[in-house]
Amino acid sequence: MNYKYNKDKIKELSVKAKWVWDQTLKIHRRSPETRVASSLSPIEIFVVLYYGGFLKQDPANTNWKERDRCIISKGHGSLCMYPILADLGFFSLSELDSVCMDGSFLGGIPDPVIPGYETVNGSLGHGLGVGAGIALGLKCRKRTEQVYVICGDGELHEGSNWEAIMFASQHSLSNLTLIVDNNMISMLGPTDEIISHRNLLKKFEAFGWKGFLIDDGHSVENVYKILLTASEDNATMPKIIIANTKKGNQVPGLENAPLSHVTAIKPDLIDRLLGED
Amino acid sequence: MTDIQKPRAMRDTFLEAVYDEMSKDNDVFFVTADFGSPVIDRIKLDFPSRFINVGIAEQNLINISAGLALEGFKVFSYAIAPFITMRCFEQIRVNLALLSEVRKLNVNLIGVGAGYSYVVSGPTHQCYEDITLMRSMPNMQVFSISDQVMASKILPCAINNNGPKYFRLDAQILPILEHKDNISVQDGFLFRRSTKGTICLLATGYMVHTALNVSEALSQNGIETSVIDIFNLTSFNQSKLIAHLSIYSGIVSMEEGFKGRGGLDAMLFNFLLQNNMSVKLLNIGVEGSYRFEVGSRESIHEKVGIGLNSVVEKVMYFNKNLKK
Repeated sequence: MNYKYNKDKIKELSVKAKWVWDQTLKIHRRSPETRVASSLSPIEIFVVLYYGGFLKQDPANTNWKERDRCIISKGHGSLCMYPILADLGFFSLSELDSVCMDGSFLGGIPDPVIPGYETVNGSLGHGLGVGAGIALGLKCRKRTEQVYVICGDGELHEGSNWEAIMFASQHSLSNLTLIVDNNMISMLGPTDEIISHRNLLKKFEAFGWKGFLIDDGHSVENVYKILLTASEDNATMPKIIIANTKKGNQVPGLENAPLSHVTAIKPDLIDRLLGED
Repeated sequence: MTDIQKPRAMRDTFLEAVYDEMSKDNDVFFVTADFGSPVIDRIKLDFPSRFINVGIAEQNLINISAGLALEGFKVFSYAIAPFITMRCFEQIRVNLALLSEVRKLNVNLIGVGAGYSYVVSGPTHQCYEDITLMRSMPNMQVFSISDQVMASKILPCAINNNGPKYFRLDAQILPILEHKDNISVQDGFLFRRSTKGTICLLATGYMVHTALNVSEALSQNGIETSVIDIFNLTSFNQSKLIAHLSIYSGIVSMEEGFKGRGGLDAMLFNFLLQNNMSVKLLNIGVEGSYRFEVGSRESIHEKVGIGLNSVVEKVMYFNKNLKK
C-alpha cells in the first residue's frame, strides 16, 4: 500500500475517532443492554483500518471479490462499527437510532445480515480460524486481497484460536493479519488474574508470526504508523498486531474498571460527556 | 476407474468419488484432521494445492473449511465420526449451520465410524449421538450411508447442493446390497425388500443389513416384512414416503444410535405425527448407556438390543400386539 504518514490525515482520523466515540455512547444511551466498555477500546483501530486506507472495500457491493476481508471476531465489542459502517455508506445513518429495537438488523451482537460483516460473531474464538480459511482460499486462487481479523485478548483464552495460530504459520498465510484489542480485561476481571498471556507478542513470535506492537491503541498516530509498517512488511508469515488499549476508554468510572464489561453507563453521565446536559 | 463391486470400506468408494470430483473441478478442496486412507494418499499426491491436513484439530478443521467455502470452494472435511460431529459441534453450528442462513457454504463433513464401527476402540471412537446432533440444526443435511455402492453414487448427486452436509459412513467392510433402484437424493430412501406383509422395517446405515437379516428370519417364522433403507435423514420425499408407509399397520425404526434420544426414531415419530398417520411404531436403537465391554459388533449389538436375535424377538412381539 502506498499510504504515507501525513499530519493532516492523522488530524482527520482523530476527529473521526472522536465522532465514533460520541456515536457509540449515543447508541449505548438508547440501548443500555449493549456492551459499551469493550466497544470503546477498539475505536481507533477500526477508524484507522476503515478510514486510513488500509481496507479495500465497496460499501455498495459487499460481495465485491476484490474487497479485503475484515472479520470482527470480538462481536459484542464492536458496537463502534455501526457508526463507522453507516458513515461509510454500508447502510443509512438513520439505522443507528434503532439499534436493539424491534425490526432492526443492528443487534447487541452484530450478525452477518449487517452489510460489512462477513461472518457470525459473538461466540468467541471463531474469527481467526475462519479468517485463516479465507486467507488460504485466497492464496490458493493466487489473489492479493488481505484478511484482517480483530479479536480481544480475553478471547484468546479460547483454544480454537491456537489451532488457527499454528495453522496460519505452518501455511505461511502472509495475507492474514490479526489485530488484538489488548484491553487486558475479560468479563470477570483482569485477564492477567484469570489466565495471564504473559508476553503475548513473544508468544505469537514463538508460534511463527511476525509481531508488531501498538503501545497506545488510543493514539491514532501510533495505530496508523504501526498499521502502515505492518502492511508494508513483506514477511512470508502471518502478522500479529497487539494494540494496548483501555476498556471503557475515557469514561470516568468505566475506564479500566475490572467489571466494566458488564457495566452500563448512566444516561446523565453520557449526556455530560457528550456536552448535552 | 472405480470398481464398486469389489467389497471395500464405504469410505474408500466415497473418497474415490471425491477424487473424481477433484480431477474434474478445481474448486473442490479436501481438508483432513490427520485421518487418512489409501485414496487420501492419492488425493494428496495428485492435488497437493487443494489438500490440507490441519492436524488433530477438529475445531480448526471446520473453521478452515468454512473460510474456504466462503471463498467459493466445495470443501470435503474428513475425520472420525464422533470427533467431526462432537468435538467441534459449536463450530459446525456457528460457522456452517448458522452462517449458511445468509451465505452459500458447500461444506461436506465426512464422518467415518458410525455406531459401533470401531468396535474394539471403545466408546470414545464409537458414535451413537451424531444423527441426533446433526439433525438438530436447521440447514444441515444428514446422509446415513448403508453400503459402498451408495457411498460411491450419492456424492455426484449431493455435491451441487450448496449447503453444509454430514455424511455418516461405516468404518468396516460391509456386504454389498442389491441395487435395483437408482439412488435418488431427493427421494432419500429406497426399498431393499418389498413384500405384502403388514410390517415395514425402516432402517439406516449398518442397520439396513441387520434389517434384511431380521426380515429373512421373520419370513422363516411366517411373518413377512418389507425393508426401507432411509439415507437422507433431513430432506427425504415426504409425500412419497407417506404413500409407501400407508399400506403398513406397523413400522419398525432401526438405528445404530441411542434409542429415544432424538435420532431416527424421533424423526419418524414426528413425521408420522405431522402427517396424522395412525400406524404403530416400534423403535429399535441402542438401549441403556455407554458401555466399556469389548466384543464383536454382533455380540455388542445383542447386548444393547439391536442385534439380529434381539430385533427378531421384539418384532415378533410387536407383530402379535398389532393383531390384537
